[in-house]
Order: sequence, then C-alpha cells, then structure tokens
Amino acid sequence: MSSEDAPDEGTDSNPGTEPHPEVPRNGMPGPSPDERPHPSGRRNAKGIRIDPEAEAEPEYRSAVVSALVEHEPGVLSRVSGLFSRRQFNIESLTVGPTTVEGHARITLVVEETDPGIDQVKKQLAKLKPVIQVGELDDDAVRAELVVLKVRGEEPDKVQAITEMYEGRTLDAGPRTITVQITGDQQKIDDAIDAFRQFGIIEIARTGQTALARGDTPTTPGEEPGHAKESEQESESAETQTGTYDD
Amino acid sequence: MSERATPTTDQTEETDPAEAADETGETTDRSADAAGETAATGTESPADTGVETGAEAVVAALEDAGAETLFGVQGGAIMPVYDALYDSELTHVTMAHEQGAAHAADAYGVVSGDPGVCLATSGPGATNLVTGIADADMDSDAMLALTGQVPSQMVGSDAFQETDTTGVTAPITKHNYFAGDPDTVGDTVGEAFALSAEGRPGPTLVDLPKDTTLAETDSDPGPAETPETYSVEEDPDDEQVAVAARAVERAEKPLLLFGGGVVKSDACQEARGFAIDHGIPVATTMPAIGSMPEDHELCLSWAGMHGTGYANMAITHTDCLIAVGTRFDDRLTGGVETFAPEAEVVHVDIDPAEISKNVHADYPVVGDAGTAIERLSAEMDRSPRTREWREQCQSWKDEYPLAYATPEDEPLKPQFVVEAFDEATDDDAIVTTGVGQHQMWAAQFWTYKSPRTWVSSHGLGTMGYGVPAAVGARIAADDDQQVVCFDGDGSFLMTMQEISVAVRENLDITVAVLNNRYIGMVRQWQDAFFEGRQMAADYDWCPEFDKMAEAFGAKGLRVDDYDEVADAVEAALNYDGPAVIDFHIDPAENVYPMVPSGGANGKFALSEDQL
Ligand SMILES: Cc1ncc(C[n+]2csc(CCOP(=O)(O)OP(=O)(O)O)c2C)c(N)n1
Repeated sequence: MSSEDAPDEGTDSNPGTEPHPEVPRNGMPGPSPDERPHPSGRRNAKGIRIDPEAEAEPEYRSAVVSALVEHEPGVLSRVSGLFSRRQFNIESLTVGPTTVEGHARITLVVEETDPGIDQVKKQLAKLKPVIQVGELDDDAVRAELVVLKVRGEEPDKVQAITEMYEGRTLDAGPRTITVQITGDQQKIDDAIDAFRQFGIIEIARTGQTALARGDTPTTPGEEPGHAKESEQESESAETQTGTYDD
Repeated sequence: MSERATPTTDQTEETDPAEAADETGETTDRSADAAGETAATGTESPADTGVETGAEAVVAALEDAGAETLFGVQGGAIMPVYDALYDSELTHVTMAHEQGAAHAADAYGVVSGDPGVCLATSGPGATNLVTGIADADMDSDAMLALTGQVPSQMVGSDAFQETDTTGVTAPITKHNYFAGDPDTVGDTVGEAFALSAEGRPGPTLVDLPKDTTLAETDSDPGPAETPETYSVEEDPDDEQVAVAARAVERAEKPLLLFGGGVVKSDACQEARGFAIDHGIPVATTMPAIGSMPEDHELCLSWAGMHGTGYANMAITHTDCLIAVGTRFDDRLTGGVETFAPEAEVVHVDIDPAEISKNVHADYPVVGDAGTAIERLSAEMDRSPRTREWREQCQSWKDEYPLAYATPEDEPLKPQFVVEAFDEATDDDAIVTTGVGQHQMWAAQFWTYKSPRTWVSSHGLGTMGYGVPAAVGARIAADDDQQVVCFDGDGSFLMTMQEISVAVRENLDITVAVLNNRYIGMVRQWQDAFFEGRQMAADYDWCPEFDKMAEAFGAKGLRVDDYDEVADAVEAALNYDGPAVIDFHIDPAENVYPMVPSGGANGKFALSEDQL
C-alpha cells in the first residue's frame, strides 16, 4: 500500500479530475499524518476548550430540576425514557398535580456536570408535553418522605428517635415498628442512620420534591391557579389561572 | 398461521361498536349542513364537504395540510384510512415493504422540502416502519407516519397484530400521538404534520386505532397548527448576534461549517452570500452536501471521517468555527478533545438543546439559520482579514486531492463510475445512496452544486436506504431532474424489492450497484482493525443484479470493464423507466481519506498503513 507500489500509469481515462502523478494503488496522495502541522490546543470530554496542560475531568454536582408538564397519558414515560436514552444520572423523580387543572409537576434530582445539567433542562424542554423547565436555587424548599420498618424489640428507643426527627409511628406490632419521616434529604439520611441501630427491615423513599422559595415561580413564568376546594370542579383551567400579583 | 388468524380480526370488525353505529343513518343531515357551509364560504377545500368518519377526518387533515403523495402498505387496522383515500385526490404509492414506504417518504421530504407521509398497518406494518422513522429522526427530516392500531378496547390485550407503537417509537419521533377520539383525530393528524416541519424538523407519528377511524364524526379538522407548548425562537437574540459578530470580525482563520440545518431551513442563499461577502472558506457536513457549490473556490467540500483532507485540515487549524445547523455528530468531529482545538465556536441552531451538547459553543446564536446569518452579517462592521488563510486552504486542496489510481488493466474503480455519472448528468441531478463504501465514493467523487440533490442516510447509516429513497426522490423531483442511486451489493439486496414499485409506476431512475462482492465497508474495517479476518463480509453469493432487475421488469445491464462504462451509463440514463447497472468493481478498493473513530480530524489516514 505504500507509494512505491503505485503504478506509473496516468489516469487518462478519468473524466473528472486531472491525473495525479503519485496516486498509490490503494489510497490517496498527500503528506502523511506526521508530516502535517498539528495545533496544540485541546478540549475536554465535554467539548470545552481548555488549557492543554490542565486536568480535564469535569465535576459533577446535584441539581433539582422542576418541569411543569401537561398532565396527559405517557408524559412520565417520555420523561423517564429521555433520561435512560440520554444516560443522564438521575437520583429521583417525583410527580403530582399542580394548582392548574391539566398540569402536573415533575421534580427531578440529577447528578451531572454543568453541561450535563444544561442538557437535561434543554432536552426536557423539547418534549411536546413539557410547558416550562426550571432549575431550583440552593435555597429552594425541598422535602422527601421516607417510610421505614424497623425491628420492634426496643419500642421506647424507636419512639424517642422518631420524635427526635419529628416523625410519626404508622404501625407498631410485637415484631416490627413502621414510622414516617419527612424533611430535606440531609434529615432523611440522618434519620435512616439513626434507625440503623434497631435493624432496618424495609425502606420506601419518595425522592425529593421541591418548590422555589417566596414569590419566585418554580419554573420561569409559571402562573399558578388559586385552587379552592369549592371551585375546583366547576372552573376551567383558564379561569383558575392567576398571577402572583392578584 | 396467518390464514387462521385472519378470521379473528374479521370477527372483531363485525362486532365493532363503531361500525354498528354506522347504520344509524345520520349522515344525510351532516352532508346537507356541510354543503351549506361550502356555499357560504365559497371555498373548495375537500374538508368543507364534511367528513363522516374518523378516517375521512384523517384524510381531510392531510389534504388541508398540503400533503400530496403518501407511501404505504395496506392492512387490517389501517384499512378504514385506505377506504377514505379511495375518494380522495391524494396520490398513494403502494410500496413493497413498509421500510421502503418510510424511506421513500423521508426522501420525498428531503427533495421537496415538505414533510413526506407514510402509512402502515398495526403490528408488523408499524414495526417495519421503525427503521425509516429512526433514520428520519437522526437526520432531522420532516415526516409523518400514520399507523393503524387494533381497536382501543383491545389495546393492551396482545390482540392480533398489536404492537405498542407509541411506546416503540417514542424515542425515535419528535412526538407521537395515540388518537383515541374520532372528533379530534383530524386535528391531531394536522398538528402532527405541522409539528414535523416546525423548528427543527423530525418525524411524528399518529397511531390510529380502528374504532377511531371507523367511528362517525362530523368534526372537520381545523387548520394544521403546532401545539402551544412547542415554541420555537426563529429570531436570534440581539446580544447573542452582536458578540458573535465581534468574534467573527477579529478571527484570522475563520471557517464556516454548514450543517444539514442550512438545507432544511432553505438558508443556502443566505449562507453562500455570507461566505462570499466576507471571504470565509466553507466546509460542510455530509447532510449539508450541496448547500455550497463544491466547485466554488471557497468550498472545501465535506469534513469528517471520510471527508476531504482539506476540509479536515481547515477544521483543525481554524481559530473561529462558525457552525450553522449542525449537531456535531461524532462522524464529523472525531474525538471532541481534538476537534477544532484552537477555535472559538460560534454555533447557530434553531434547537437550543444542540448548543453545547457535544462541542461547547463560545457564542451561541439560537434561531433560524437564514435569519441568523443575515443578522450576523448586518451586525458585522468589517470582514475578517482572510487572504492568507484562504491561500492556505487552497494549498491544502492541492496537497490532499481526492484521487485514485486507474490503470486500464486493473478491475474497474468505483470512483470512475461515480465520475462518469457526474459527467453524464445535469447539475441538478439527484443522488441517493445505500450505506457503505459506495456512499462515501458517491459523496466524494460527485461535484454537488445544489441543495436537495444529495439524499442519503447519515445519522443512522441505514443500508438499503438508496432504492426506496430514489422512488421517493423521483416522485418529488422535477420531471427533468435525473435521479441516480448509487448502491452497494449488500445495501441493494436489502431493499431491491422496491424496484418493482419503480417498474409499476414507470419511475425514471438509474441504480448503479457498485458491486464489490463484499459488504465492503465492513471488509475495509476488518482489514484495518481486525487483522484481515473477514468474518461474514464476503458477498459473492449475491444474485446477478442485472438479471434480477430484468425479472422485476426493469432494464438490467452489467459492466466489468472501463470501456463499457460510458455506453452503459448513457443507455441507463436514456432508458425511460428504472434501469439497474451491476458494476463489477475492484473488490479491494478502499475509502480514503479516513479519520479513525475518535481520532483527530487533522490526522486522517490516506492509506491503510497510516491507520
Ligand atoms: C441495516 C444495516 N445493517 C448493517 C450495517 C453495518 N454496515 C455498515 S456499512 C456495511 C457494508 C455495506 O455493504 P454494501 O452495501 O455492499 O456497500 P459497500 O461498502 O460494499 O460499498 C455494513 C454491513 C448498516 N449500516 N445498516
């Protein structure tokens, strides 16, 4: 395959290009890779231009993303399908209705690099049933619920820990005690640690759900309705829609 | 098996409540209403004559949306829609296989600029469409797929020919719909059609359960509109444009990279103008072939794995890459670590999710390609100084020519065949291809001058795309535009049954099979990366394609030597109808240049020993 094998014959019958003197038998003419100039610049795996000498490992962080969606069949599978298809690291996903009829909120906790989190938001926003997407600030109000089943040998101690974490006992029998704790992720993690001493039999965690603090809408431009029990059935989604000002 | 199964479906149909309702005889009133409406508005839109069933609403919606040609295959669950087509002005092209229907619709869309439409029945019909839908999705081609579905009350019961079509196609469509309501099915079809073309195009699908299409309805579909939650920003932000303009002005080695989005948004005029006005060289991606005339001195042709050495050199050395409508596919970039390593990146795209997905954009400009380019140009106070850089790009053209050895005594070279066709055809002739080495030669050795003349499977790389694409392209093309399909022996074998369609419809297409008796691209990789262990790459068992073509009723020719090429090309092009030439080419010929997967664009190999 080297150029020595190249036949001397020209390419007279070639109608398109000029015959090239040194076309190798199987390949193309031109300086080899090492004979070409190469710049020293470099990008990291996320395609960001970096100092050629620098470490290129992107950093991961945890982000809470809230998506306001149309409450229609298949929306959850579309969202979860997006996450598996694009290989996003998802920690938890919760979903439930909002104050506006026909809308639901999906709250996602993702563990990604900054460009990854950006992609999560943009890819979500592209889905047709998705109305708005927002990432919550660190000061957002977050909560999670865990239901824990522990061995019932020391009911007094279990009760003390439950109270300490402002939980509730849901079921107590001779052999098992089941409690619920709500709070932010740290509190839930701490509580689970504290209950370990009794022997945890089963755990069910919901994953985090969250809202922006104060007057800030949770997703940009979100206009919540003021749901009042009595009006909920009769009023259309449109008339329920209000703004923060009224 | 299927014979026993069929009566089961028929039973379902008999007991279908929607069909039973058909006999209530309410239709007369509605027709009268509708007639009154027509008189009042004075329009002659078919929808105004009043629909009577869900299926008629589907057809009315297609007509209203401007669809003209449909590609499909009949079947039980889609039969009501076909029945409604019986009285319609729409042209239906029956394909030999649903995959063919999807590719034909896709190519029809690429050539015409309007979404192509394909139809299939439930179950196997729908799953046969899947490859074509995935192909359109990867290439962002506007396309609407309509699939029949078992009656809603049987959905989920594993009924005969049931597949969870919306489930299967969710990841490969822009959006899909399960149309459960006969009163809204027309609007849904109109919305799906409009959505496929809006913003960044892509395939949409509407799954049509049989009870929906059979049921009575008098809801004429409204105008085809995209849903409110799908909002596209056509106009780029002023600030984004301003900072991008400054970056281009100060560049010393700017390079334009046109992607498929330039063609899809019909922005070639603006894009070419920008390049010429500011003296900026242009490389394209494969889907953007034809966006810039390849014989223009600023054009470096296409970059990437088998792109030209000069385009890849320019990408490697540019200090400002102005990328328009590209998603930075890995076949283009090679390893991102080494992609345009010193360039600031200006990225224009209508899809914000493409910005910084693969390659970080220093200057994002979100908006329609044509609008964005015009705004960018208007915002620039001066052009960058590029004389030296342009000279550099020209000298790379001389250093790394696309060339091949053609001593007359060795087996026919495929590149020669491509060039012979290019010579013999007009500038606006359309090329379709399968996938493999032949696709790369067709892209390299043909000089493309107009957009929408290169129709190929890029992102998915689907063997068998070529023949059905030629069918769809032929129907969309102007009458005097020639259509040539370059196919590989392996690719041709996958969908050559669509030649029967070309014969039936008397479609004037020429298929050039570059027959190397291998699935050549695989053989090339086995030789390069698997020590020549050619496992399952040998295709010397293929039929004689010229005879196969004759059996289908097409013209068949066979070429073994250089001196037969010109006559055969002429005979095939002059033949009024489909012609297939089986070119027996050098089985050892390989595609170069080549950037090995994940490699650096500037380190393309020119022969196997450089890999
Ligand atoms: C449907 C499908 N199956 C498998 C492949 C993998 N593949 C890529 S190129 C290629 C060889 C194609 O052979 P042929 O059509 O004869 O073209 P050639 O490379 O010989 O020109 C194969 C098998 C593919 N791209 N598509």
